Amino acid sequence: MALVEIRDLYKAFQRDSQRIDVFTGLSLDVPEGSFTALMGPSGSGKSTLLNLIAGLDKPTSGTVRVAGAEVSAMSPTALAPWRSRHIGFVFQQFNLLPVLTAYQNVELPLLLTRLSKKERDERVRIALGVVGLDDRMRHYPRQLSGGQEQRTAIARAIVADPTLILLDEPTGQLDAKSSQEVLVLLQRLNAEFGKTIVIVTHDAHAADRAKTVLHLEKGVLEAAP
Amino acid sequence: MKYFPLVLANLGRHKRRTFLTIASVALALFLFASLRTVVTTIGLAAQFGSARRLVVTNATGIVFPLPLSYANRLRAVPGIEAVSWANWFGGRYGDGKRFFANFAVDAESYLAMYPEIVLPPEQRAAWLQDKSSAIIGRRLLDVFGWRLGQNVTLQGTIFAGDWTFTILGVYTPSDAVLNDDMLLFHHALLDERIGRAGIAGWYVVEIDHPDHAAAIAKAIDDLFRNSSAPTKTGTEQAFNASFATMWGNVSLLMNTIGMAVVFAILLVTANAMMMSARERTGEVAVLKTIGFTDRRLFGLVMLEAGFITLTGAALGLGGAKLFYKGTNFNAAGFLPGFDVTGGTLAVGAAIALLLMIASGLFPALRAARLPVVEALRRVE
Repeated sequence: MALVEIRDLYKAFQRDSQRIDVFTGLSLDVPEGSFTALMGPSGSGKSTLLNLIAGLDKPTSGTVRVAGAEVSAMSPTALAPWRSRHIGFVFQQFNLLPVLTAYQNVELPLLLTRLSKKERDERVRIALGVVGLDDRMRHYPRQLSGGQEQRTAIARAIVADPTLILLDEPTGQLDAKSSQEVLVLLQRLNAEFGKTIVIVTHDAHAADRAKTVLHLEKGVLEAAP
Repeated sequence: MKYFPLVLANLGRHKRRTFLTIASVALALFLFASLRTVVTTIGLAAQFGSARRLVVTNATGIVFPLPLSYANRLRAVPGIEAVSWANWFGGRYGDGKRFFANFAVDAESYLAMYPEIVLPPEQRAAWLQDKSSAIIGRRLLDVFGWRLGQNVTLQGTIFAGDWTFTILGVYTPSDAVLNDDMLLFHHALLDERIGRAGIAGWYVVEIDHPDHAAAIAKAIDDLFRNSSAPTKTGTEQAFNASFATMWGNVSLLMNTIGMAVVFAILLVTANAMMMSARERTGEVAVLKTIGFTDRRLFGLVMLEAGFITLTGAALGLGGAKLFYKGTNFNAAGFLPGFDVTGGTLAVGAAIALLLMIASGLFPALRAARLPVVEALRRVE
């Protein structure tokens, strides 16, 4: 059964008087436990698709279902708590809060749960351990390298044990070595922990780590050979 | 409570800005409390006075004296049990920078008329015996470092010359509104030195019952209606209230300045909150992506505004209360009993709450309504 089911998706933007159609009837299934890379040129709609799956954006028409819930029909009030339970999101720019330590950044999603302080502490330590940053907990983002920042962001994405991890160009700002570390980590999360991962990337090396690679061009999806 | 570290971290982002904003709020509320306390102290002073005491002044105005011979005629008015009189002396001590009130009073009758002036019996007896002596309020001891038995010389401003008095008594007011910043000396000495002019600044009479006040006041004024110095008689409270009425415009001014200061600080605080919110547009979008609801983000921004304004309020209002209490401030005797009241603290706290809402509401709504995709596009 597919964890993500997208059916007949239409998405259009209005720029001044011009209407831009990004998707015109796109359909997609992402199976549970898969590691899918979405590739394609800039402006092809990769990030838009990720935003639609995460419920950050609304389709013009069509349905987006994630783990059985019709995300496209949910109200903004219902979407926020749903997102906190089901989605782990990683950005290209890391987007850690600069005033918080690595530990506090990773703890953020857990503040939305009913977990006790002790339970939160355990989970944060585990997540930081998984990404290999248990010795950097008290460091602020400015004290971390780009790779370490992105691994912290991944720890933040997995700490609440979400159903689906979405990554938007996670290696876009990293050097080759750090990129490799992040990609190995993602592969581990998929293989060892069974996490379903969808990654948007321009990086062919990143795509190589994925089990499935899809190309998106002018709003049309094609499986890579 | 678990969000408190997040709020604190955000406040610590620009420590200097946060400190200055809190300091602005604190200063504004300190000023507000100070100005309002001027108003409440004047109001309290207007209420001071015994309902059994009437004040008789010259009908033309308080600066015009009354003949000393009126004392016996007043004693003869039915319902009057005691008569005393006083004169504003207006003497200056030293360089005159530290003002204090000084009066020439008919000592024995004045002390009997004002039980609020508490004087040790031996000091009372000593003062009554020595015409060249004076008594002072406790505060003057502290202000000038005077001691009992010391000679103190005042320069007369209304009554020329140097006037030397021996301090033989230190009184303590039993009512905080009564000035503890005064020097009282014998009217007989004043009369003697100005050549037996036989004048009194005003009379104070004690009547048999407060209910008779209006009738007795009328009887007094009728008695002197056709004399060279007609009188105007009223209760002591009305007399004090007339001083307060003279302060009426000052009260309005104080309130207006107080509110203007608070409004100015509202703009400062709101601006600081807006700047802070604008800088964090991307972070708000990230928090929304993580799953923070609009309501929660609204609450977090309001919490920040609350921390700033309520900390400022606690410092400003608490500081005003402690400062005036600690320094026993009385504006050089003009505002005896100067104390920030519970009412003023409550109004200040209410202003702080309004300040919190007014400064936090817009940035909080902005954070709550932020379109997440739009905001992410700007930061990505």
